[in-house]
Amino acid sequence: MVEEESLRVVRCGGSELNFRRAVFSADSKYIFCVSGDFVKVYSTATEECVHILHGHRNLVTGIQLNPNNHLQLYSCSFDGTIKLWDYIDGILIKTFTVGCKLHALFTVSRPEDSVFVIINKEKPDIFQLVSVKLPKSSSQEIEAKELSIVLDYVNQSPKCIAFGNEGEYVAAVRDFYLSVYFFKKKTTSRFTLSSSRNKKHSKNNFTCVACHPKEDCIASGHMDGKIRLWRNFNDDKKYTYTCLHWHHDMVMDLAFSVTGTSLLSGGRESVLVEWRDAAEKNKEFLPRLGATIEHISVSPAGDLFCTSHSDNKIIVIHRNLEASAVIQGLVKDRSIFTGLMIDPRTKALVLNGKPGHLQFYSLQSDKQLYNLDIIQQEYINDYGLIQIELTKAAFGCFGNWLATVEQRQEKETELELQMKLWLFSKKTQGFILNTKINMPHEDHITALCFCNAEKSEQPTLVTASKDGHFKVWILTDDSDIYKKAVGWTCDFVGSYHKYQATNCCFSEDGSLLAVSFEEIVTIWDSETWELRCTFCQRAGKIRHLCFGRLTCSKYLLGATENGILCCWNLLSCALEWSAKLNVRVMEPDPNSENIAAVSQSSVGSDLFIFKPSEPRPLYIQKNISREEVQWGVFVPRDVPESFTSEAYQWLNRSQFYFLTKSQSLLTFSTKSPEEKLTPTSKQLLAEENLPTTPFYFILGKHRQQQDEKLNETSENELVQLPLTENIPAINELLHTPAHVLPPASFLCSMFVNSLLLSTETKSAEEIPEDIDMEEEKESDDSDEENDFSEKVQDTNDPDLGEDIIHQLSKAEEKELRKFRKVDYSWIAAL
Amino acid sequence: MSGYKPVAIQTYPILGEKITQDTLYWNNYKTPVQIKEFGAVSKVDFSSQPPYNYAVTASSRIHIYGRYSQEPIKTFSRFKDTAYCATFRQDGKLLVAGSEDGGVQLFDISGRAPLRQFEGHTKAVHMVDFTADKYHVVSGADDYTVKLWDIPNSKEILTFKEHSDYVRCGCASKLNSDLFVTGSYDHTVKMFDARTNKSVLSVEHGQPVESVLLFPSGGLLVSAGGRYVKVWDMLKGGQLLVSLKNHHKTVTCLCLSSSGQRLLSGSLDRKVKVYSTASYKVVHSFDYAASILSLALAHQDETIVVGMTNGILSVKHRKSEVKKDSLPRRRRPTYRTFIKGKNYMKQQDDILINRPAKKHLELYDRDLKHFRISKALDRVLEPTCAIKTPEVTVSIIKELNRRGVLANALAGRDEKEISHVLNFLIRNLSQPRFAPVLINAAEIIIDIYLPVIGQSPVVDKKFLMLQGLVEKEIDYQKELLETLGMMDMLFATMRRKESTSMLEHTSDGFLENKKIES
Repeated sequence: MVEEESLRVVRCGGSELNFRRAVFSADSKYIFCVSGDFVKVYSTATEECVHILHGHRNLVTGIQLNPNNHLQLYSCSFDGTIKLWDYIDGILIKTFTVGCKLHALFTVSRPEDSVFVIINKEKPDIFQLVSVKLPKSSSQEIEAKELSIVLDYVNQSPKCIAFGNEGEYVAAVRDFYLSVYFFKKKTTSRFTLSSSRNKKHSKNNFTCVACHPKEDCIASGHMDGKIRLWRNFNDDKKYTYTCLHWHHDMVMDLAFSVTGTSLLSGGRESVLVEWRDAAEKNKEFLPRLGATIEHISVSPAGDLFCTSHSDNKIIVIHRNLEASAVIQGLVKDRSIFTGLMIDPRTKALVLNGKPGHLQFYSLQSDKQLYNLDIIQQEYINDYGLIQIELTKAAFGCFGNWLATVEQRQEKETELELQMKLWLFSKKTQGFILNTKINMPHEDHITALCFCNAEKSEQPTLVTASKDGHFKVWILTDDSDIYKKAVGWTCDFVGSYHKYQATNCCFSEDGSLLAVSFEEIVTIWDSETWELRCTFCQRAGKIRHLCFGRLTCSKYLLGATENGILCCWNLLSCALEWSAKLNVRVMEPDPNSENIAAVSQSSVGSDLFIFKPSEPRPLYIQKNISREEVQWGVFVPRDVPESFTSEAYQWLNRSQFYFLTKSQSLLTFSTKSPEEKLTPTSKQLLAEENLPTTPFYFILGKHRQQQDEKLNETSENELVQLPLTENIPAINELLHTPAHVLPPASFLCSMFVNSLLLSTETKSAEEIPEDIDMEEEKESDDSDEENDFSEKVQDTNDPDLGEDIIHQLSKAEEKELRKFRKVDYSWIAAL
Repeated sequence: MSGYKPVAIQTYPILGEKITQDTLYWNNYKTPVQIKEFGAVSKVDFSSQPPYNYAVTASSRIHIYGRYSQEPIKTFSRFKDTAYCATFRQDGKLLVAGSEDGGVQLFDISGRAPLRQFEGHTKAVHMVDFTADKYHVVSGADDYTVKLWDIPNSKEILTFKEHSDYVRCGCASKLNSDLFVTGSYDHTVKMFDARTNKSVLSVEHGQPVESVLLFPSGGLLVSAGGRYVKVWDMLKGGQLLVSLKNHHKTVTCLCLSSSGQRLLSGSLDRKVKVYSTASYKVVHSFDYAASILSLALAHQDETIVVGMTNGILSVKHRKSEVKKDSLPRRRRPTYRTFIKGKNYMKQQDDILINRPAKKHLELYDRDLKHFRISKALDRVLEPTCAIKTPEVTVSIIKELNRRGVLANALAGRDEKEISHVLNFLIRNLSQPRFAPVLINAAEIIIDIYLPVIGQSPVVDKKFLMLQGLVEKEIDYQKELLETLGMMDMLFATMRRKESTSMLEHTSDGFLENKKIES
């Protein structure tokens, strides 16, 4: 039984990953990025999300590694707090409360106890860079009120501020000037570009800035695609700059590599440019990254770069400009034309993705499953270009078929329209293009629907268009003696008094087709394609149309533009009821009779759940979102919930997801957000912590052999071998810094000895007589033994810097004797 | 990251006959050689031994033709009346023929006079064949009887009197020397076994049977009569497998291709149809000038010989394979170059890195990949591409337009280059499939080159041609609209119901409002 709390609207996944620069961990194993109210920790090797750091109450706006402890991470948020995290375990260490909205965060190593943040105090559009002193305290919640202004009137974006040369100066750009503040001199220099009034330079606003890590050099990106490298800027008069120009559009972000030898830049072209040695001719490209590059960041180890893209994607790029991993969230770059759909096979949410692609997004794991390339043409990302848009898509026949419509309209008369039908191939587990129809209609296609009746023997698709026709497409056998093939052909063309067809819908059993022509709904028999009856309410153009399901299958619902919701009875061919409701989204639940309608009013959107059989809604949720809700969909649950309360019963078998105008994906939940989150696997983390060094391999082998031996000798009851970690000598060898270790020749014997297997423990107790015998024997060649033991002693001595003591103490002698007793007889057996 | 995606070339459905392997195969014959015979050619039979001569039975003569000779290399003309069904023995050494007077004559290919004469039929013998053991002859005659003859002592062995009408066709099994089938005008096809002296199987064809054929395996029997060709499964006791009705008139002859994969039938409707023996669908069809009476295929389908009612023998030879190796081949890298490093076995600690497969790009795609737009356009405007595959050129123009660089690509051209573009426009502007793209391109060209018009007479002439073309097209569209109006009126009077209306598909007026001034 689910505990019944009040139903809340919750944001579910798909938050932006590209809001701020991603940050690498010091060993480049993890990458951090802000994601809504959380910070997400991804593994760079596996692309998996390892941790979600949650604790902020508002949008996280900045993250930085703690420069003094690279296992800790600072984050700041609009909720006015700076939080310190242990990212490996995902634990919140400390919270510093600043009090005002924090827009960005910067850390420098020099003043250890302070960080820099961007705040706006007085007016909404004036931002200041301030340093915050973080007081040292053992408590978890600390007030940090000690602010000192560094720069005033800066840009809000963190891309416009950069700290250079280990925190000696800070550079900030805004509009047409660059200001540099020197911490030592406590002076600000300001450099202004030739004014905006000059037409030639009209677009040379600063867009971003980056500082060279080693030298006094500042790189700035500009609106017109130029990159300027500023030098000698500590002198107001003698400063110089050089220009690098490859981008033809705005430079979105800049980053220097760790050593400073190369500069990375990116922009709308979706090409990562690497400028080597700051020279115009030495440049390397990584093209076709898919979407506008928003941010570039470099790992502290210098082996990886990463680019954040406008399509909510982070690409991890190797030093040699090879993409090595892609972390893809829900693509939200573009407007959604196709609406929300559910792939019947994968139960994934399907909607417009990258340009020309359909994205399959898993709601459970908040992860993009894959992108289906529909348009299959080279994507040129340029401002003002009219792209081919994927406007409609529909699944049919239990996910076996997918129909897509793409269009491009340059001028009024020039419409390019193409419909594609894709067949799911079991062999490749993907959709394969089956039929391509050029200009299926002479005008925009307004609706697309498959006949999804279970008994239908022939797949049927209906398209409605503004040209006043609706067309019925059927799958026909196209095979001849050479090959087997199926293809789609037009079976019937229908129209009604040259009105524009606005919507179409099949009844649940597939026997009836409803097509709305502006204000009129027409019902067609799907066997003979004869017009059965028409409904007309004269209440404006029909915007949504759907049949009732299960017990309510005799009803047809239509929502009009004038805000009337009508329900017709198909048996009596009369209006059953109508209601005044400005319906934006109307979605039937595939598992029940319920229908969800989202209405739009001036204050917000309201949700109504009702059954077509009665006009009284089952459930009303007021104000689900302040913005307009654009699309909604019911997602069948894998495991049905069991809400007993009547109001929530509609959520038992399906979950309702909806997408608002700002493209946030929301749903309803009664659980608290902590419960909702899936636990991350600790196993994954533990495995990754072991570095795969050559030594690891040696030890690994050793351990394997050990295991084998154990198995072999368990019957003989031999002494168990000590684990390598338990041998103190090895431990010491591994954990002492290399520069304080004695030469390897010293260590060798000790190391080998420690690995040798001694039978001492056993023999010492059982056969004490033997010890004496051996002792006597060995006393003959004691000189050699002495030398040997000395060396062992030396290396075991923790104070290696001191002179070697030649006289042996009593304790040492005892030890030496013990050492002699060690039985190495087993070596002969090897 | 994904690589460069090549430009999608719009494909258009090919009108007319579909090109399949079969049409290519059966069209690969030279123009037929016509040989005039004395009368209707009733039978053509190829010798199964090299040099694959063929015997043609027409009127009272039997001509033996060599493979490529237009004149008969031998003639048997000692028939008092019409000869029928001259058939070679399997070894190609003997020939048997029936005649109108009821005699069956056996000839040696090298001799002239008949070796044996089998007397016994009272009426015309239309069907003779050798059995599989080569020592017997089967004959069927208009006296309703079928007889089996022994060659060495020219004796009649058996007589079957089971047919109730003329026996006009038949053949012997190629596997079993005792089995043969005959077809008769009594609508039946009967299979006889020489060991039982009565028919072992009888199938009802439904029409007078004109021709029968046994598959080499003996499992399937094909009979032709009336407009039907029927295939029977002999192993299932004569069950009808399929009935084909693809001819307009009586089917007179049947023949199997040498591979056994195709069945050919000739008919009085002057057509030869080729069927696939797997699906029994027509895969190809030949047309001839007159009604076809006989049909034969040479070894390896090298020659198709068709005899017609007007006495014309049509001989088609297969085109010889074009030798492409006549030119000295360019030296290619050796085999070793290609397998270099391919057979390297991965060692234990090695990490295998495969070189990504290089995708082949067309030249214009390579140019577009590097944003060399004018060069890409030049490349597709070259005559070889622009004339042969205008859809490629149009697709590239469309792609340039999509990228927003069409005006740049078209600008800055000299007289020769711009006339290339204009030539292409003149050739293709009026085609409805290309019109939307090309009209846009034409408008851009006019916009760009309007200031310099009048400088070159060549280009001016092209512009005038274009103008004329557009005006003509507008006239066409007007006429079409008028026709459409008339048809609408006709349909309106015929309409059954008010509400439903069928779509009349007519070419739409792309060009209506386009006025191109030059």
